[in-house]
Amino acid sequence: MTMSQSTSDSPRADPRGSSESTSVLSLISATKSFGAVAALTDGSVDLRAGEIHALVGENGAGKSTLVKVLAGVHQPDSGRFLVEGADVVFRSPADSKTAGISVIYQEPTLFPDLTVAENIFIGRQPRGRLGLIDRPAMRTMARELFGRLGVPIDPDRIADGLSIADQQIIEIAKAISLDARILVMDEPTAALSGVEVDRLFAVARSLRDRGTAILFISHRFDEVFELCDRITVMRDGAFIATHRTAEITVDGLVREMVGRDIATLFPKQEAQIGEVVLSVAGLSRSGVFSDISFEVRSGEIVALAGLVGAGRTEVARAIFGIDRYDSGSVLIDGKPLRRHTPQAAIDAGMGFVPEDRRKQGLVMDLSVARNATLTLRTQLARFGLINAKEERKAAEEWTTRLQVKTGSQDLAVSTLSGGNQQKVVIAKWLATNPKLLIVDEPTRGIDVGTKAEVHRLISELAVRGIAVLMISSELPEVLGMADTVLVMHEGRISAALDRSEATAEIVMHAASASPEILT
Amino acid sequence: MSQNASAPILHGTTASRAIGRIFVSREFSVFAALALLIIITEVVNPRFLSGQGVKDLLLNSTIFVVMAVGQALVIITKNVDLSVGSILGLTAFGTGSLFAAFPTIPIALVFLIGMAFGAVLGAINGFIVTLAGVPALVITLGTLYIYRGINNAWAGSKQYFIGNQPAAFGTLSVQTIGGIPTIAIAALIVVIIAAIFMFATRAGRDLYAVGSDTDAARLFGIKVNSRTVGAFTACGTLTGLAGVFYASRFNSVGADTGSGFELQIVAAVVVGGVAIFGGSGTVTGAAIGAVLLTTMTGALAALNVSKFWQQAIVGVLIIAAILIDRILSLRTARKLRVSEARNV
Amino acid sequence: MSNATATRSTATAAPVNVKSNARRVLLGRDANTVYALILVVILASIFVPFFAGVTTVSFLLIDAVPILLMAMPMALIIITGEIDLSVASTAGLSAAAMGVLFHDAHWSLGWVFVACLLVGLVCGAFNGILISTIGLPSLAVTIGTLALFRGLALVVIGDSAVADFPVALTTFATSTIGGTGIPTVMIFVLVVILIFGVVLHFTPFGRSLFALGFSKEAATFVGIHVNRSKFWLYVASGVVSSIAGVFWVLRYSSAQSDSVKGLELSVVAAVLLGGVSIFGGLGGIVGVVAGVLLIRTVNYSLQLAGLPDTVLTIVTGTLLVLSVIAPSISARLRLSADRKRSKNLPREATAT
Repeated sequence: MTMSQSTSDSPRADPRGSSESTSVLSLISATKSFGAVAALTDGSVDLRAGEIHALVGENGAGKSTLVKVLAGVHQPDSGRFLVEGADVVFRSPADSKTAGISVIYQEPTLFPDLTVAENIFIGRQPRGRLGLIDRPAMRTMARELFGRLGVPIDPDRIADGLSIADQQIIEIAKAISLDARILVMDEPTAALSGVEVDRLFAVARSLRDRGTAILFISHRFDEVFELCDRITVMRDGAFIATHRTAEITVDGLVREMVGRDIATLFPKQEAQIGEVVLSVAGLSRSGVFSDISFEVRSGEIVALAGLVGAGRTEVARAIFGIDRYDSGSVLIDGKPLRRHTPQAAIDAGMGFVPEDRRKQGLVMDLSVARNATLTLRTQLARFGLINAKEERKAAEEWTTRLQVKTGSQDLAVSTLSGGNQQKVVIAKWLATNPKLLIVDEPTRGIDVGTKAEVHRLISELAVRGIAVLMISSELPEVLGMADTVLVMHEGRISAALDRSEATAEIVMHAASASPEILT
Repeated sequence: MSQNASAPILHGTTASRAIGRIFVSREFSVFAALALLIIITEVVNPRFLSGQGVKDLLLNSTIFVVMAVGQALVIITKNVDLSVGSILGLTAFGTGSLFAAFPTIPIALVFLIGMAFGAVLGAINGFIVTLAGVPALVITLGTLYIYRGINNAWAGSKQYFIGNQPAAFGTLSVQTIGGIPTIAIAALIVVIIAAIFMFATRAGRDLYAVGSDTDAARLFGIKVNSRTVGAFTACGTLTGLAGVFYASRFNSVGADTGSGFELQIVAAVVVGGVAIFGGSGTVTGAAIGAVLLTTMTGALAALNVSKFWQQAIVGVLIIAAILIDRILSLRTARKLRVSEARNV
Repeated sequence: MSNATATRSTATAAPVNVKSNARRVLLGRDANTVYALILVVILASIFVPFFAGVTTVSFLLIDAVPILLMAMPMALIIITGEIDLSVASTAGLSAAAMGVLFHDAHWSLGWVFVACLLVGLVCGAFNGILISTIGLPSLAVTIGTLALFRGLALVVIGDSAVADFPVALTTFATSTIGGTGIPTVMIFVLVVILIFGVVLHFTPFGRSLFALGFSKEAATFVGIHVNRSKFWLYVASGVVSSIAGVFWVLRYSSAQSDSVKGLELSVVAAVLLGGVSIFGGLGGIVGVVAGVLLIRTVNYSLQLAGLPDTVLTIVTGTLLVLSVIAPSISARLRLSADRKRSKNLPREATAT
């Protein structure tokens, strides 16, 4: 494991800190575990008044957990948390708000039926005579806030139909009206267009110039370098380094973010790569993805890499017949699907392990057996009636094969651990004897031990000749498992790389579309 | 990932703003429909708008208007109260019983007792709904029958006639102030107070927030349960008031007074532009919807349409109102998708 | 996996299965309703004079017929997480159509029956299109069609009543099998129950209903046609309701606009009492049948005990409210107990 710490400085002992301004918020060596998963092992960040501070790291580096600690959603297991130099303990999001911290999430929660002004002031509307709400005053206050932000939004329109960008602005306006001195923006630009990003940056800069401390979480290096004064890197739940933006390069940043030996983690088995199973050509859906073309062969693992929001899951859903697409073709074994429905996709030999196991992958309240045989329900029927014995046998067989650990087949699948739940999802698709398996974020929320098991399982599928299309946001997983890496950026494939040419740096750059390395 | 993809990338454009205005002006379109109906009927049958005709129209609307205002409060919180017909029956019969037992009781006290009685019945609904966390529709379907059963048990085959009551009470619905029936003025006052409450108090706005996004409301520290119980209680109170009006207005109250009203009230509210999915609409719209529905009944008679069509029309109106809501929201979504495509 | 291990695993699993099957049958949601039914029957036999007897069987069952019929599709619909409040109005519209077509249009009875079934089919399809194709909420839609179909019944038949159906037919509708007191039509009802029971519990379609009742999204991912399934359930509901309407007319030898009025409440109450969850996903036909009989038994024994019919709505209403809030309150209690227990344990790893 190598990393460059030459230019780094720790928030705990920042040599330049006092000369510029003082820390308004510092989190020092915070830890947070969920069961066996340690999401944060050394969460540290130091935020000064009047700076925009970037927090970068791979998916799973612990950024979201850190944000939730700051927001009062999670309580850290250990570590120090100082706001304005005083130790604080947040028991709820309200505590965090009271302390002057406002969090702007990627998708703000607004009341769609209330006006913009009311969304800002709900529960604390200005009151005039008779205790009635003073709407003109509320309107003026809202206008004034938007004026300060330099964004004209009609305070009287209802929130329904507002763009994500405008919704974020409203959240920011609300934060200002609450006198927030610390603003945390959790990947605010993921769903914004270029113009909207510029506007958001202008707002962020003007807030910084008035002394607000801003923590900016982003995957996009160009944004980080354009906007931020300092950058903190996290990896595997731990603080790695904090840099002044001027003193670090994109390459240096990527090295710190990845910084580990991938080959040893994923002992990929060599599979015989055969005929083309899935071929996608010119697949487009307006506003979502465009001109997607690729092939997956039997025994091959093709990874779709890219940032969250790049359109990867949408492509997979369209291939599987869940969402429609505007143009292009999907062929299985050279033949188009009978109809554009999931059932037709299944009949043609596809399986889909979705990203959201709890909502899409499993019917959580049904038993393990019922879940495992849900894909087989028509095959198990004789003369239209399900043969209960066969059903049970099939469930036993597949859960045993995948070594699902459960007390009984009749237990609700929600009682299993995350890894075992994922095995049930994979089992139900293997039971259909698929030619192509789409796996979307197969190891999300799974503890480390089971993760390796799931990887081994996917690798074995390829060995048995199944074509695998894997969507993953975890770079090591992509680089360790895939024969071919497709990188998506803003709805397009920005790079198609062979296993031998795919490196963390190239994939990262292609995903955030920094032009230096991409040619 | 699918979360941020399924939520379309939205852009505030003039198009979506215009759609927003349509929602805002929903009650005006209902009002226009009402005006149109009156004009057409009057053209076909000029007796429709005679002095007595107008007075009857207003008198008949009164009870529905008051009930519709109460129901609107509940529906705005994404709930519904189907037991209002039974509550009306109980309070109306209770009013009759009061006068039978205490012929000299002050009329104001009767109003207070009737409203308090309604408030209790409404609060019971509210408590069960928030306690159990199950759809209000099922709970209030149950209490519809429970309250009706109690009414049946209490009334038996007994009926109270207007002749049994003090003359001053009966004339309440005959008296006019400047040609307008007194109880119609009372109903108007109810609408105004409720409209101010819903528009300009924090509690009123909380009801919208609860119906708009219950989880978010909880997150923002709004006391969702107490607000919901409050809405049900207010609905019961207003229905109780309507029950007292009913006893004054109609010749007799008995075991089946008000039965079947719930559908007409829900129809009036939904037709008046209060979304059945909660969060939007105004009590003013609901009140106009109630007047529209009552006028429809009168107009059908004036137009010589069989009275048997009335209930079918109520059904059609409910379905049409839900459909319109859906179509409007689909159109918003489509416009947003188009603008999203332009912006990517 | 080799054959040897397959047989081994099933062999070792078998005894466990028998045990767990038995436990499931004896302790399931269905079972509670069956126990309650047995208890009520025993209590009524002891305390209510004239309850234990052939007449009871006869009256109790014949009054249960329309509810039993309508409860079958209703159970399936509620299991998928929707509801149909228009069943009684659909039945009423069929009854009205039956009266008019027979009395005024002088159709032969065979064609009248066919027409009634068609009426039900159209009503159901109308609900189905609005709910599954257009995606409107079923609660709101079926409140609308509750009013609409009943209104159409009024339009069709007005305030007249048709009562001149052939006596042979009306007596057949109320006839019993030999001296058992069991109504002859129960044979048909049993067939319907059997069909719905088999469809729900032993077919791929039934499996998919449970899955989509819990999670429409997860159901979509395994190729279940969510909208199509719902549409056909509403069609089935319409057809079965119209059969109930026809039976109602023959049973009371009268077709009028308010036939079968208000029965939707008893149907929903019976289904929920029978252990079907109002939120979808849970339930069984045995429980639903027990739920219907439970409601009927309670009502009938109170009737025998001298309570007037009109007051009995209190009982039905209370049973409905209790059947909805009981599981949700017990679930909440269980949840808070779980939370207390799990506070000391590490949280589930899937929290991210």
